[in-house]
Amino acid sequence: MTLLEIKDLKVHYPIKGGFFNTVKDYVKAVDGVSINIPEGTSYGLVGESGSGKTTTGKAVMGLNHITGGDILFDGRKLNTSGRKVDVRDDIQMIFQDPYSSLNARKRVIDIVAEPIRNYHKQSKNELMEAVLDLLDRVGLPRDALYKYPHEFSGGQRQRIGVARAIALNPKLIIADEPVSALDVSVQAQVLNFMQEIQRDMNLTMMFIAHDLGVVRHMCQHIGIMYQGRLVEEGTAEDIFSNPQHIYTKRLIAAIPDTNVDRIERNLEMRQTVKTEYDQNFSDYLDDGGRAFPLQSISETHRVALPVKG
Amino acid sequence: MSEKLLEVNDLTTSFKIKGEYYPAVDHVSFSIKPNEVLALVGESGSGKSATAFSLMGLHTKARIEGEVRFQERELTELSTGKMNKIRGGDMSMIFQDPMTALNPLMKVKLQIMETLKLHGTKSKNERESYAVELLDKVGIPRPERVAEAFPHELSGGMRQRVVIAIAIANRPKLLIADEPTTALDVTIQAQILDLIRDLQDDLGSGVLLITHDLGVVAEMADRVAVMYAGQIVEVAPVRELFKNPRHPYTRSLLNSLPSEDMLGSKLHVIEGVVPPLNKMDRDGCRFAPRIPWVPASEHEDNPELREIAGDHFVRCTCYRNFHLNNEETAAESLETGTGGRA
Repeated sequence: MTLLEIKDLKVHYPIKGGFFNTVKDYVKAVDGVSINIPEGTSYGLVGESGSGKTTTGKAVMGLNHITGGDILFDGRKLNTSGRKVDVRDDIQMIFQDPYSSLNARKRVIDIVAEPIRNYHKQSKNELMEAVLDLLDRVGLPRDALYKYPHEFSGGQRQRIGVARAIALNPKLIIADEPVSALDVSVQAQVLNFMQEIQRDMNLTMMFIAHDLGVVRHMCQHIGIMYQGRLVEEGTAEDIFSNPQHIYTKRLIAAIPDTNVDRIERNLEMRQTVKTEYDQNFSDYLDDGGRAFPLQSISETHRVALPVKG
Repeated sequence: MSEKLLEVNDLTTSFKIKGEYYPAVDHVSFSIKPNEVLALVGESGSGKSATAFSLMGLHTKARIEGEVRFQERELTELSTGKMNKIRGGDMSMIFQDPMTALNPLMKVKLQIMETLKLHGTKSKNERESYAVELLDKVGIPRPERVAEAFPHELSGGMRQRVVIAIAIANRPKLLIADEPTTALDVTIQAQILDLIRDLQDDLGSGVLLITHDLGVVAEMADRVAVMYAGQIVEVAPVRELFKNPRHPYTRSLLNSLPSEDMLGSKLHVIEGVVPPLNKMDRDGCRFAPRIPWVPASEHEDNPELREIAGDHFVRCTCYRNFHLNNEETAAESLETGTGGRA
């Protein structure tokens, strides 16, 4: 069953200027993106900075204005004008930087309890029990309760962020670059326990990242974004073993490999793909410089290939 | 030996915490030859950047001991004035964060011209045309326009190229690159690495590449030094290090990367954290607390770097019988499995 359905999402920001500060043009941060995420799965949204992946995540969270399109959560439309549909406790976000996303003046107990206080009336004891239970779940010691964020390492801070995100038993978690600020060894810890929690709570996850290796490890489905549009979408297998769009190929070729036997081959491959990219990339865009609409090439795999003819 | 460009001996950089000095870089020794890329790898807090800043003489409040010999000169004894002649000249640095490394109030070209002026390009016109030439060299399209721009008008990749242009302006013999691509996207990263490689071929410079990205290391380095808690724990040529990593820390790091053959399975996790400077146990093997299943008898009392094969150095003896904890359980379950069948 599809838990999150994004239909033709558009987020445009006006560019103002000139004498009367009138709207001159729009930055099309997200320009016609459609994504379906089935319940209990992880969807990886990959792209370079400025490709619109975070904007898409924020639009689902209701953190920015939507210019067009629909977002359906569990069949309910989120972007109805006027009365807001109250699903805020079902959708939560994990932020990129565990150093700036936690309030430095609050203790762990207050950080984790805040969403519960906002949505449920609970006695002090109940609240305390709920928070302790959450700390256990993310693997933080109980004496963490009365500490402040600066007393923790990066990995532990990210755990506090996750504890806060799962406090209300959400159905959907949007994780915006949750490990890109962390060292590889810490990254491994956080990825492992995010997988555990996802399994335990049957969470659906939208995983926004620029590291293809991490996304491949975490997600069943992957979408590649370029300038506000999806250029390719499919299972992890489709994307990595059979990339079709030149942009996807280039992203994959650019990942440095730790296998020293493959380096020569990788560098050559990267050069070939880059030459092809420089020569043919305009063929993959329409006259307005936008990627083409996605076409299915197999049951799971969709690519923004130029329309033949 | 005269063929060494940079030779660092027992470099120790200590920072003052609550009135006492604690070494963040602890008796680190290495050398770089011309045209060689030495990668320095480790987690945050391992002392990689502190090492780089010590070489450049950029720590103002730290206590620095040991020798740093660059082109036959002892850098630690030089005055600030003499150091300024070398910094940005024969020895220069690419900083990690292009957002903060540039002056937001100065046009790009003036920032490049500044370093040219300090290192002897006399005429202003000459400096100006060379600045544009440099921007072109680092692959910036329409360099004349970018030269007139302020840093905030440029993207992260462009800014990093400007930082590189400044670093190579005076054709350095030694380039210290501190996480040069960490803030960038993979495609831009590939371009920047290409650029550093080309420049190095072109100028024959030695490069000290500091990074925590093992993929970048595999691609770029000739030799690799792995740092943990202020010490170098393993040094080897790049192929040897990736093919035959020996120190438990190196092996743990390599195992914690998500890779093709690990899909869907759990990643290896290094237990615990790098200890803070003032709470670190400085006796014995510093990695021991993070591999608690290894018996104390495996460690040395005073671990030293020893050559175990040609050019391959490892600290401590705990590598000899080392198993990663997941390997151990795999071996055990295999044993009980065969036992059951028998």
